[in-house]
Amino acid sequence: MSQMSEHRTPVSIQGLAADDPHLAPAARHPRLVERVIALNFVVGLVLVIGFGACYWVNAAPWTLGATMGGGLFFLGVGLVAWGKYLMPRGPFVEERHPLASAAVERDAFAAAIVERGGGVVKRRKVLGGLLGGGLGAFGIVALFPLLRSLGPLPKGTLFHTDWRSGTYAVDQTGRRVSVGELAIGSIMTVFPEGLENTDRGQAVDQTVLIRISNENFVTQKGRETWAPQGYLAYSKLCTHLGCPVGLYEQQLQLLVCPCHQSMFNATNGAIPEFGPAPRPLPQLPLYIDAQGYIRAQSDYHEPVGPGFWERS
Amino acid sequence: MSDAVTTRRSRRQSRGPYGRLGSALNELDDRVGVAKGGRSFLDKIFPDHWSFMLGEIALYSFVVVLVTGVFLTLYYVPSQALVTYHGSYLPLDGTSMTEAYASTVNLSFAVRAGLLMRQMHHWSADIFIGAIVVHMARVFFTGAFRKPRELNWTIGVTLLTLAIVNGFLGYSLPDDLVSGTGIRIAYSIILSVPLVGTYLAFFIFGGNFPGTAVIPRFFILHVLIVPALIVGLVGAHLFLLVRQKHTQFPGEGRTERNVVGSPMFPVFMAKTTGFMLIVAGVTALLGAFAQINPIWQFGPYEAARISYAVQPDWYMAFLDGALRIFPSWSFHSFGYTIPFEVTIPAVVFPGLLFGLAYAWPAIERRVTHDDALHNLLDRPSSRPKRTAAGVAVLAMLSMLFIASSTDVIANFFHVSLNTVLWTMRILVLVSPFVAYPIGYFIAKEIHATRGGGRRKTVNVVERTASGEYVATPAPAYGDDVPTELAPTPVPTFITPPEAVPPTDPGTRTVDR
Ligand code: HEM
Ligand code: FES
Repeated sequence: MSQMSEHRTPVSIQGLAADDPHLAPAARHPRLVERVIALNFVVGLVLVIGFGACYWVNAAPWTLGATMGGGLFFLGVGLVAWGKYLMPRGPFVEERHPLASAAVERDAFAAAIVERGGGVVKRRKVLGGLLGGGLGAFGIVALFPLLRSLGPLPKGTLFHTDWRSGTYAVDQTGRRVSVGELAIGSIMTVFPEGLENTDRGQAVDQTVLIRISNENFVTQKGRETWAPQGYLAYSKLCTHLGCPVGLYEQQLQLLVCPCHQSMFNATNGAIPEFGPAPRPLPQLPLYIDAQGYIRAQSDYHEPVGPGFWERS
Repeated sequence: MSDAVTTRRSRRQSRGPYGRLGSALNELDDRVGVAKGGRSFLDKIFPDHWSFMLGEIALYSFVVVLVTGVFLTLYYVPSQALVTYHGSYLPLDGTSMTEAYASTVNLSFAVRAGLLMRQMHHWSADIFIGAIVVHMARVFFTGAFRKPRELNWTIGVTLLTLAIVNGFLGYSLPDDLVSGTGIRIAYSIILSVPLVGTYLAFFIFGGNFPGTAVIPRFFILHVLIVPALIVGLVGAHLFLLVRQKHTQFPGEGRTERNVVGSPMFPVFMAKTTGFMLIVAGVTALLGAFAQINPIWQFGPYEAARISYAVQPDWYMAFLDGALRIFPSWSFHSFGYTIPFEVTIPAVVFPGLLFGLAYAWPAIERRVTHDDALHNLLDRPSSRPKRTAAGVAVLAMLSMLFIASSTDVIANFFHVSLNTVLWTMRILVLVSPFVAYPIGYFIAKEIHATRGGGRRKTVNVVERTASGEYVATPAPAYGDDVPTELAPTPVPTFITPPEAVPPTDPGTRTVDR
């Protein structure tokens, strides 16, 4: 210790005496602050060890967070206080040096690029052009496999679902839905048979089946046969952004999308009555076969779900 | 005893005055030349203003995100293969779900400290993005983006974009019902881009929604590609910061040509390291006591199911709000469709918003014709137009944020959804035009007030014997008198006196 002080008498070479007020701590009562900081460190240390212990015995998750968080927090507070109150209070100053170089150097730099590079390339324009062409072509050619391998082309997939003429409507478990299934005013989600457990069946073909009355129900002109015995089917994909239209407001006979509250009137062909959805939900034409099963007359007559460029 | 002292002393002398560490530094300097740059780095001055901590919060919450994220990758399985769950969370026992979801449930219940790490990761991600936004506001309102710092502003806007993107990607990874619905919406938004939307969507998702590639692709983007970009840009951001040095508020001894504050070592280092510990500590406390994203309650994603309170993370809410209140204007013509009801609020609007952010320094320069270098900050009140413009944008964004919960508001206040919808539409459109003049006039008023922010001194009124009233200002309050000393260069301590001739403070001869 004594050698230390003997060797390291602080002498400022930039004009500060060792007892300069800039070097004094900011705290008015450094002793007190020191004790408070020590206390913080002790608490932090104890909590950090507690974290280890809690982890070791596999205590409840919140104890892990509480001990770790508390530990880091107290250590941090102590350290900040140390920096703020016990270290030289300053303020200190530093000069800024202009970032820009001297005019000569700028000129030299620009000249090196323009003159030297320009001279070499200009004299060999054809070579430069060929090289540029080759690399450019590679860039474009490389872009294609890079992009194109990412996925299939959309082709017709967005225009069709897997409902066909005669497809049975089944529930989530694959059970065929028959005419006695639904009470008036209730709904269920159906899928084309065989696809109820596939991604496509779930994401694209999902259809909401509503029993709206006991008689054939006509939603729009030209759809006279589509809703036999009051069974109506609409695509469950919201025409806004494709959320499943999962809610049925029975009194108002509205299908409601919980995402942005689009509401579709089930009685008139699911014309949107409220919200951002721009189009009705496509209606699936149904028939009831001799055994009483509910089946599709055909696919939807228009693309289901949200809008896209190629959709007319 | 004295023997030991002498040998120690002679050893120290042979090593030079700074002992073992000093000679190690010399060895290093011989090889890579660290002394000069290192010294000026340690002397680098950081202004002591609280608003400079906002960027630090962003930086340190990103550190927490990285550390906790690495922990999560050890247990999370990025796969959409279906499994039947038989883990420790009984309510889901026997449910069919993707491995991604199953592994996240496992992380929450079966991995020691797993739930804490998940919640810390999510909290620190939210804090990260929040801190970036507030930091950006600080930079904007004080004009810190002006020449020469436009490039760093650009990097900052890019960082915000990447952070939001990565937040969305991460939010999608657990493959729960809520996040799956979010992916569905993102797919439809991509689909809505004119001309190339369907191709983009098919290439990004590897086919029609949902496909089997989303989770693995989002995973690698989320844990490697986007974080690598963020780390690189944060590096560039900080490099420019060091190179251009901090801005500072005007004040005692502060000019365009200097920086006043605390030196890097040890003062700033202590404060900032402590601050990092505090950020990490607070995040851990939040992770312990504030539940976030309890995915086991939502259930696994099934495309045909939907949960009722679908709400994205906070930084996505402004988009959700825009989608909710935009009218259902779909455009059809020539056999093509542009779903304006999606494209405008979710593609064009954010494009314009971020475009405006990118372009702001150039716009302002064009208006003010100000080509000078600026190192002293503006007070927001001294630039009323800029301040008002910022307030207007923030007002509009806040209204959009609120608009993302139209249904909740309608339920809460028992008003019709239609009333809420129209109120929000009007508020979103009107708020910037109301906020601008308010911001402008408040800024002007503050600017015109002398000594704003300081306590006024008391006027002591006395009545003289002749009945006259005399007002004399009382002396200033003790703590209003500036206690700050005049700034001084960072002193250097060296061994006296023979080692360094005082006339040449920067050099030191090394004996070889
Ligand atoms: C910009 C940085 C980042 C942001 C904003 C972010 C955000 C998120 C969010 C919000 C989640 C959902 C968490 C949940 O509630 O379950 C998440 C999940 C995840 N993140 Fe990150 N993250 C970031 C960086 C990273 C990094 C660098 C890694 C790994 C090296 C990582 C690994 C993971 C993993 C494996 C998951 C899925 C596990 C889970 O959800 O619990 N993240 N991320
Ligand atoms: S997705 Fe149905 S309203 Fe937006």
